[in-house]
Amino acid sequence: MKFSFPKIALIGNPNSGKSTLFNQLTGLRQKTGNFPGVTVEKKTGTLRFPDSAAAGTPQETLTLTEATLIDLPGIYSIYPKSRDEQVAIDILANPQHPDHPDAVVVVADASNLQRNLLLFTQIADLGFPTVLALNMLDVADSMNLKVNAVQLAMQLNVPVVRINARTGEGIDRLREAIKGVSADGKSKPTYFLDPAESQADLIGEVKENYQLDNSYLALQYLCQHDSFTFLNVNQKADLEKRIIDHNFDKTDFLAHETITRYARLRPLVAKSVTIIGESDQPAWTRRLDKIMLHPVWGYVAFLMVLLLIFQAVFAWAQYPMDWLDQGTANAIQWTKNTLPSGVLNDLLTDGLMAGIGGVIIFIPQIAFLFGLVGLLEESGYMARVMVIMDKLMRKFGLNGRSVVPLISGVACAVPAIMTTRSINNSYERLLTIFVTPLMSCSARLPIYTILIALVVPDETVLGFLNLQGLVLLGLYMLGLVGALASAWLFSLFIPRLEPSYFILEMPTYKWPRWSHLGITMYDSVRSFVVEAGKIIVAISIVLWVLASYGPGDEMARAETEVINEMTNAAPQTQQAAVASARLESSYAGHFGKFIEPAIRPLGYDWKIGIALITSFAAREVFVGTMSTIYSIGGDAGEDAVTIRQRLQKERNPRTGGPMYTPAVSFSLLMFYVFAMMCMSTLAVVYRETHGWKWPLIQLAYTMFLAYVSAWATFQLLS
Amino acid sequence: MLATRTLSDLKMGERAIIKSFSDRAMSLKLLEMGCLPGCEVRLDATAPFGDPICVRVGGCYCLSLRRNEAASIEVE
Repeated sequence: MKFSFPKIALIGNPNSGKSTLFNQLTGLRQKTGNFPGVTVEKKTGTLRFPDSAAAGTPQETLTLTEATLIDLPGIYSIYPKSRDEQVAIDILANPQHPDHPDAVVVVADASNLQRNLLLFTQIADLGFPTVLALNMLDVADSMNLKVNAVQLAMQLNVPVVRINARTGEGIDRLREAIKGVSADGKSKPTYFLDPAESQADLIGEVKENYQLDNSYLALQYLCQHDSFTFLNVNQKADLEKRIIDHNFDKTDFLAHETITRYARLRPLVAKSVTIIGESDQPAWTRRLDKIMLHPVWGYVAFLMVLLLIFQAVFAWAQYPMDWLDQGTANAIQWTKNTLPSGVLNDLLTDGLMAGIGGVIIFIPQIAFLFGLVGLLEESGYMARVMVIMDKLMRKFGLNGRSVVPLISGVACAVPAIMTTRSINNSYERLLTIFVTPLMSCSARLPIYTILIALVVPDETVLGFLNLQGLVLLGLYMLGLVGALASAWLFSLFIPRLEPSYFILEMPTYKWPRWSHLGITMYDSVRSFVVEAGKIIVAISIVLWVLASYGPGDEMARAETEVINEMTNAAPQTQQAAVASARLESSYAGHFGKFIEPAIRPLGYDWKIGIALITSFAAREVFVGTMSTIYSIGGDAGEDAVTIRQRLQKERNPRTGGPMYTPAVSFSLLMFYVFAMMCMSTLAVVYRETHGWKWPLIQLAYTMFLAYVSAWATFQLLS
Repeated sequence: MLATRTLSDLKMGERAIIKSFSDRAMSLKLLEMGCLPGCEVRLDATAPFGDPICVRVGGCYCLSLRRNEAASIEVE
């Protein structure tokens, strides 16, 4: 007999401390992935049971040593309101699902017991062996609520464990309790609410026809068959017909179900919870909200938080980024010199290693940003930001919840788009995904820096503002304005199918747990390196091939020509000229020449054309390509000053003046502000929207926007 | 005759009892979040520009919702 460890699902309301508990139970023994078939992030981990038996012969005793813990998205009920939440019921209702649990741990916020128990009664009615983990007893305490866990366990007839997910208190007892129920197997529940009470015939029919022995599961077949992937078209049609035959009104039934469940919970909660005095949110939460939601101070506070984020992402992250950059350059140099030179060496160093370097350089920024966003979410402040931003966001067809992806977009659109999953309105989610790439991500920063340094004087204006910094800020603002305006524009065209909801629970303020934060940072970095890394590395290799080879012997001919012409030049100048000539006759050079007519109105030549094409895959390639084109050094370990000096010297063959005039540079800046030049983002949008339609519209739209604004800028300034 | 009062008509700090819901689809969500008929609510805070609002539900937690959402909750 093949023995597999039991699967335990962790379920709870949002803000009940579920993720913290998950981290406590599994530590670092966790994996992140996707639930099969959908792109909702799935976290699983190994749960070790405490040693109860002495070492013996494990084959015979079969004592459970561990279980697989699956973290399900936070939900208020098993009737999902967003795509994220859909996963939970998919797993619970389908015994064939690979993640279908053997037992369930329901985490409940003790300070809001009645509402948290609603979900518990639904899970229990589905027949799962259940453990109730009572969390946040300290918050309940501060709200003058005393919860009697023993009484509650007797009332609910399940093990109830008092825990503190933040300090780890009670976790061992919870492990014991889970171990106790995980071998139980499903049983016929004593229903809190048996749908057969009022719909005996209909429920009976469904149970019989679909071989179900649980009435509540039968009800789920009726209410949610549309979204159940494990039912086929005929089954769905059959259920639909039964609903009509029996005149079953789903909305009415569900409203009735919720009210009845609460009515039955009320006396039970009253017996287990003693209220001493007036219960209210902790005083410091109320006091902090007076500031955070204040018409003036609320925005001031938010602005300070934004400034802190920018400071961290742009100033503090610079140090580790410099080390990484230097480290990559050194590693490339060392490999180049150590390995025998040749094509393989070049591919490894200039192609692969430079590509990997281009990915890891962004790790500090991603880690800082998502660490800070995680901090804001953990502390409860993010919910306040959503509240104060909702009205503004709504004007553009978005939702207060869109703020998080937009802020995250400043580091990288890939993880930012993944955070849109918490927006439960699919329309607002789509709009947010659509405009997030317009926020200036960190990959645009090197382009901005070089071009600004080229044409904007390093002067102080108004006594204290640096002109270059001001222009940089302007570009970021332009991205934000572009994002909001585009959202508004598209909200006029995309039909709104469902009404917009805001309804959001405001959690109490909490001190973040640093270990938890570390895990969040690690997760976001890992997903960035895997998601964006794959594409950037692949493109770097392709780019290297295109720039290193040309049709026929063109490259060799160009090289000989240059050498013959420049016999008297210094070897360094000659080398540079050779590299430049080789590039011009390579495949990449041909591509650049091919698109030159299209980009001439923007003021660009074929060299910029190559950079445009290569950075189409990922913007960060731009600077590297420019340094290759202008043959500085020869590897991607770029040095901004040398590139700048080289760019300044570049002449426009047609005018004889400098190539990088303010008109050309600003035109390029405009182009990069708006153009969605990032394969990883396209891939993520494809995955999140389930098709090529939206990523392609998005690409066409942003390219159009970029082209037109770059053209207008060039024409105005020249 | 008094017009029907809704949650969105409450003044700051004012308490009321939820009576019924006028939006069926929204009522499901609100019920699940613990806004039950007979439940006491109190207007705790409003966001800048008066929307959304923050409401204390049943003395145990704070719910934020938009004015138009609050207007679907009839109170007395």
